[in-house]
Amino acid sequence: MSDLIQDLYREGEPIADTKCPDGPIENRWTEAKFENKLVNPSNRRKLSVIIVGTGLAGGAAAATLGEAGYHVKSFCYQDSPRRAHSIAAQGGINAAKNYNDDGDSTYRLFYDTVKGGDYRSRETNVYRLAEVSTAIIDQCVAQGVPFAREYGGLLDNRSFGGVQVARTFYARGQTGQQLLIGAYQAMERQVTAGTVEAFTRHEMLEVIVVDGRARGIIARDMVTGEIETHLADAVVLASGGYGNVYFLSTNAMGCNVTATWRAHRKGAYFGNPCYTQIHPTCIPVSGEHQAKLTLMSESLRNDGRIWVPKNRDDCDKDPRDIPEEDRDYYLERIYPAFGNLVPRDIASRQAKAMCDDGRGVGPKVGDFRRGVYLDFADAMERMSRDQVAAKYGNLFDMYQRITGESPYEVPMRIYPAVHYTMGGLWVDYDLETTIPGLFAAGEANFSDHGANRLGASSLMQCLADGYFVLPNTIRDYLASGPFEKVDEQHEAVVEARTAVTDRIEKLLSINGERSVDSFHRELGHIMWEYCGMERSEEGLNKAIGLIRSLREEFWRNVRVLGSADTLNQSLEKAGRVVDFLELGELMCIDALHRRESCGGHFRSESQTEDGEALRDDDNFAYVAAWEFGADRDGDDVALTPTLHKEDLVYNFIELKQRSYK
Amino acid sequence: MNLTLKIWRQAGPDDGGDFATYDVRDISDDMSFLEMLDVLNEDLIGKGEEPVAFDSDCREGICGQCGLMISGMAHGPDVTTTCQLHMRSFSDGETITVEPWRASSFPVLRDLVVDRSAFDRIIQAGGYISVNTGAAPEAHSVPVPKANADRAFDTATCIGCGACVAACPNASGMLFMGAKIAHLGELPQGQPERDSRVVSMVNQHDAEGFGGCTNIGECAAACPKEIPLDVINQLNKDFRKAKKGAH
Repeated sequence: MSDLIQDLYREGEPIADTKCPDGPIENRWTEAKFENKLVNPSNRRKLSVIIVGTGLAGGAAAATLGEAGYHVKSFCYQDSPRRAHSIAAQGGINAAKNYNDDGDSTYRLFYDTVKGGDYRSRETNVYRLAEVSTAIIDQCVAQGVPFAREYGGLLDNRSFGGVQVARTFYARGQTGQQLLIGAYQAMERQVTAGTVEAFTRHEMLEVIVVDGRARGIIARDMVTGEIETHLADAVVLASGGYGNVYFLSTNAMGCNVTATWRAHRKGAYFGNPCYTQIHPTCIPVSGEHQAKLTLMSESLRNDGRIWVPKNRDDCDKDPRDIPEEDRDYYLERIYPAFGNLVPRDIASRQAKAMCDDGRGVGPKVGDFRRGVYLDFADAMERMSRDQVAAKYGNLFDMYQRITGESPYEVPMRIYPAVHYTMGGLWVDYDLETTIPGLFAAGEANFSDHGANRLGASSLMQCLADGYFVLPNTIRDYLASGPFEKVDEQHEAVVEARTAVTDRIEKLLSINGERSVDSFHRELGHIMWEYCGMERSEEGLNKAIGLIRSLREEFWRNVRVLGSADTLNQSLEKAGRVVDFLELGELMCIDALHRRESCGGHFRSESQTEDGEALRDDDNFAYVAAWEFGADRDGDDVALTPTLHKEDLVYNFIELKQRSYK
Repeated sequence: MNLTLKIWRQAGPDDGGDFATYDVRDISDDMSFLEMLDVLNEDLIGKGEEPVAFDSDCREGICGQCGLMISGMAHGPDVTTTCQLHMRSFSDGETITVEPWRASSFPVLRDLVVDRSAFDRIIQAGGYISVNTGAAPEAHSVPVPKANADRAFDTATCIGCGACVAACPNASGMLFMGAKIAHLGELPQGQPERDSRVVSMVNQHDAEGFGGCTNIGECAAACPKEIPLDVINQLNKDFRKAKKGAH
């Protein structure tokens, strides 16, 4: 093993995705499906799979594996599987249907996605994603998902940030809700059929690894506090992303990293943790009390025009009193080809740049105005107010409810916020982690994500994994069964269980001075300030120091009231913040070692002359797969992870500097 | 603003409950109702008292997990989810009563948290279209007239929060159920199972102990997603037709 680098991490052996087939890219998925072993229907009911999470990936996977006849145990922390955070996605889902004959194709969706990810995703995975995209739409329509339709009865499409074709299918501004309800209903159908057993208000707190294979989980019943052991032949984590490490994000309050972090601690590598997606169109922060940020669908950029005043003196004026010639439509000015539809990272960074330049709008929070206008005045003239309302009405209502202002009268104000996380458990082509038998799907894995994602890609990826990819790949693993039965008294089970009960006991016994939320908020400030949209070597080093001392204080000074054997929301949060505190440090280490700007990740040391992100393909065209390591177990103050690099090889797409100008 | 809160506290499903009174200070107009409760909870933790348990998740009005009776109204005075109710809807010095959803089919788990799994069981009874993954025909092979697609969407927006049940004097779940019946019944894909769906869902609804509809309309008035009351007509019509067909 090599020496410590920057006193923070080591470099280990390279890692490779050994399951990805060779040959022409368009044949690889078909070939993989054929090569994967089959399980005969009568054997399927003897095989069991645990799925953690019931969002688009987890719900779809539970439904599909249930239909196939496996015994599925599904877990979610919410009171119903229908509440998974996928439900909040607004804008749409991409598919290469070419219904508009505007030049779309599987290859073009593949190309746009690899480019949109700033050449930091795997070619073969993204091709597969584009390939199965069309089947997703067919599946959802058959389930009764009410996508928007034309008068002729056929499906409507729109275009989204970063692309020049209309390939996005949508259900008003509630696409995520409708897709999730489709997956939820398909899963509930399997509950009735007896193939899926649903455990709601259950939180997974540990993975059980027996003889090197994932064989179950330890979960806490969040109502009774009972610590339960669930054993199975394979485990799938579809537990979503970790944007809540920033405290303020567009994620639901309960979104957490515990399932994947606990797996990481057990040996699963964590891929590209510093890759977080900053979404450009969120409602700006209004004050210190705020618990979350609300996203406005990116589809608004189709018809809204983004601007700030040209003069700093105009920033506190009523926007309607600022004449046309004093407005700076900066995206249209800097990127004439894409205008307001530039990819998310560019739109976000430019908004921040305008505000940093002192031309932000809206109320001052601290000393800064953090907002830019998203103006529908032109659209209302062009399309009529009613047409705008038909397209975006629910989003406008939501905005008005939160801010007290009507976007029909005054331009909306938007600002970037943390949205989707593109890092996650490292998985191979089969979505299997480095722990055999442990799979990760949807936002919980890293696989198809680039440094930045295009709009409407995440729903596509989650459903692709859940409906089509995972059910076909986990089959190959399950075909190697039957697996030896594991006893609840097995050493590995007892050890996992003890780890959970010890941690809970410890959290309840500290009885310090500070609430869990106060630690979480402080961590969030550190992360946003130093590991947000723009990062620097100096800032990241500072952040690592701050996180370490915060973690040390947490274990000494947190106050968790109540008991372990009741519904105890402080205890739930405390366990999640423990994991965020460790993840935050790894994110900073990953960001520090990646000395390039790429997609949404802007290293101030790596930029072009005109301030655009400067990628460094010679040194960083790889996935960073981190192996957990700690100096001391338990209250370890420093993590010392090991970096395994997976080279990204592009045989079908030429690496180019991205330009949207 | 400063407010007085009378909040239902109940230690567990089998315990009795009672109201406790708390004062909160310096609440800003821009806070959501739940952020106001966060402020209260931080204050309680500071004093060494257990915080009030309440459900919330997305906090943007779509997941349906939050739900409180606020001064006797489901989700409070505005027709929205509790997480999207802002403190500008209240005035300084007001006393606000906060209770969990009131319905025996939604038993209280702790404080303001209730168990709504009865809704999942109603969906399990038939609130879906039976199609296996990978077996779907090309999406454009079945056109859906725009009017039907729009009506399907309007009724598919139900978030399953349970406000309809909490607002109804009979604690009926028929708006929730009617929304699903209408959503799937508008679509060509939903026709083959239309009759069996409505019968099984109604049977499950009744078995869960929800009351019947007596056309009071509080459900639709309280629904944050404005599910129209006529979905209950559609439900009744489908139910009668299905029963007739069964003879």
